[in-house]
Amino acid sequence: MLLKKLSEAFGPSGLEGEVRNILTEELAPFVNEWTRDALGNLIAVKPGTRGPKVMLAAHMDECGLMISSIDRSGLLCFRKVGGLDDRVLVSKYVVIGPKKIPGVIGAKAIHLQRPEERTQVIPLNGLYIDIGAKSKEDAERLIKLGDYAVFGTEFGHLSDTVVKGKAFDDRSGCAVLAEVLKEQYSMPIYGAFTVQEEIGLRGAGVAAYAIEPDLAIVLEGTTCSDLPGSLEHGFCTGMGEGPAITAMDASVITDKRLVNELLRLAKENNIPVQFKRSITGGSDAGRINQTKAGVPVVVISVPCRYIHSPVSMLSLVDFENTIKLVKLFLESIDKGGFAL
Amino acid sequence: MDTKEFLKQIVEGTGVSGYETPVAALISKTFAEVADEVRTDVLGNVIACKKGEGHGKDPIRIMVASHMDEIGLMVTKIDERGFLKFTQIGGIDQRTLVSQEVRVHGKKDLLGIIGMKPPHLLSPDERNSAIKMQDMVIDLGLPLEEVKSLVSVGDMVTINRNFIQLAGDFAAAKAMDDRAAVAVMYECLKELAKLRHCADFYAVSTTQEEVGSRGAMVSTYHVEPHIGIAIDVCHGEMPGVPEQDTAPMGKGPNLAFGANIHPKVYERLVDVAKENNISYTIDPVPAGTGTDAWAMQVTRAGIPTGLISIPLRYMHTSVETLSLADVKASGKLLALFIASIDSKFVEGLLCY
Repeated sequence: MLLKKLSEAFGPSGLEGEVRNILTEELAPFVNEWTRDALGNLIAVKPGTRGPKVMLAAHMDECGLMISSIDRSGLLCFRKVGGLDDRVLVSKYVVIGPKKIPGVIGAKAIHLQRPEERTQVIPLNGLYIDIGAKSKEDAERLIKLGDYAVFGTEFGHLSDTVVKGKAFDDRSGCAVLAEVLKEQYSMPIYGAFTVQEEIGLRGAGVAAYAIEPDLAIVLEGTTCSDLPGSLEHGFCTGMGEGPAITAMDASVITDKRLVNELLRLAKENNIPVQFKRSITGGSDAGRINQTKAGVPVVVISVPCRYIHSPVSMLSLVDFENTIKLVKLFLESIDKGGFAL
Repeated sequence: MDTKEFLKQIVEGTGVSGYETPVAALISKTFAEVADEVRTDVLGNVIACKKGEGHGKDPIRIMVASHMDEIGLMVTKIDERGFLKFTQIGGIDQRTLVSQEVRVHGKKDLLGIIGMKPPHLLSPDERNSAIKMQDMVIDLGLPLEEVKSLVSVGDMVTINRNFIQLAGDFAAAKAMDDRAAVAVMYECLKELAKLRHCADFYAVSTTQEEVGSRGAMVSTYHVEPHIGIAIDVCHGEMPGVPEQDTAPMGKGPNLAFGANIHPKVYERLVDVAKENNISYTIDPVPAGTGTDAWAMQVTRAGIPTGLISIPLRYMHTSVETLSLADVKASGKLLALFIASIDSKFVEGLLCY
């Protein structure tokens, strides 16, 4: 399963190579032309004969860690890559560097803590990755400063339709895009697998500059917060309630014409959809929207619980419906049923 | 079986305090291959016996206690949308639970995730304090009706963690506290097969240590040993923790002495280690050791007690880390200690 492969791939912002390789291999029978740029964006080019130039984008990178120094004892100090909450790091399994050296992030035993410590967040400088090295020199044989680490989470099923894994933000979007790129349309399609989204939407802007699309569709794995303790109107999205369409977030106000067309297609084809009910956070759409003389954009997301943590969860029904909706949208453009 | 493979099997097994049956079955099966008899008592303790060469009505009995129970969680409520509320069994740092994968041991084992609100949606105040256990939920990703048919209040929950081989001889897992000590007994049983010993060796995998050494209490009464040794874990050295509270990792077993320990048992452990070039460290403990040794000592008319500890980092988290060489060395020391015991030594234990 492509989603499993992508979820388990090692690809923090700035080191997306493993994800790139999975995608080029998966799409080899369907894509004849690839372009790569100076930042590492991977763009599948499917030339067309008529209609608007459509850019689809999904980011390959995930949040992770970077080794910043090695303690005398052989424990590794680290910094965060992307927006990870310090609190999700404790008592987790990670893999480090190109050789995927296993490590664990431990915490001082509860027996050794003062009671008030237990209500405080353990600061980043109080956390270490333990790879089992017995000294700094021992650790240096396995690890270099600047090596990246990601969570060592396995993909798995909670039920027939619900799966867990790391990096569903945005490997679920990559998987949707890959499925869409297996189809053939008469307009030119540019499938951009972008880099460095998590550290500031860095890849998408330069990709859009090179592509010069007439319109763009950004595919995301976005936050679900349909959890006890959140207000319903603050849920952002709900798992199992269908693909989420963004009207606005901190980076972009999406194109109303594109949004309306998606809503029309969803209704006509009985696909449940929802609006993303939170306007915080940004996406690659923000950069693409403001590229060159401006690009109309829309964002379609697979709702995922617990993104930016070691393990996230999504509904395969939502995932399949997202693929279906994007394909319907492209078919509609192809048939000339929709034009800007 | 290789001791590391056995340890992997049992730390990946399940046995929260009071509900040790699944891991007890794994231990019984493996111990039966190397011991003369294995039985289970009413509190669930697994008692394996390897007979010595001692004859007569009352052979010397040495009991070793390693607790097989682990800390865990218990379901307290299924909410109106199928999320589970939970409480803890044993001492758990709530901060280590966030974003963990768990296994809920309902009518069948179910995978779940301990959820919290995503960081994008937290208020600045919320971001600066630890999430409280009462604000966490277990998310099974299942519809309410399915959750209700598979899960009941009172079901046990453990962290879903595979055994992790780290660099060199280090490894990490959940429940290393104290199944690494069960592995020490297994190593000892295999070592004893190569040695002559007059004492009978009772390897007892005890229950309910994390809630008060309850299994050790009754099994010690039952076995009525001449000498009792507890095997447990102690805090391994790490930055941010005072040196006097920890023991170095990979430098061999840590031997406790103090009121909980019979001085002659301690001396014999040290002598045996020295004679056989087994490196060890020592831990002065003025009063309670917080281990099964504390319960064993005051069983019946009093039992001469010893304590061997394996240094371990991140105790009571799901990534408890230790040196497998320390496990092996502890098993070897224990076997050589048992082989060194004769009736003269046992008689001497009453002479202060």
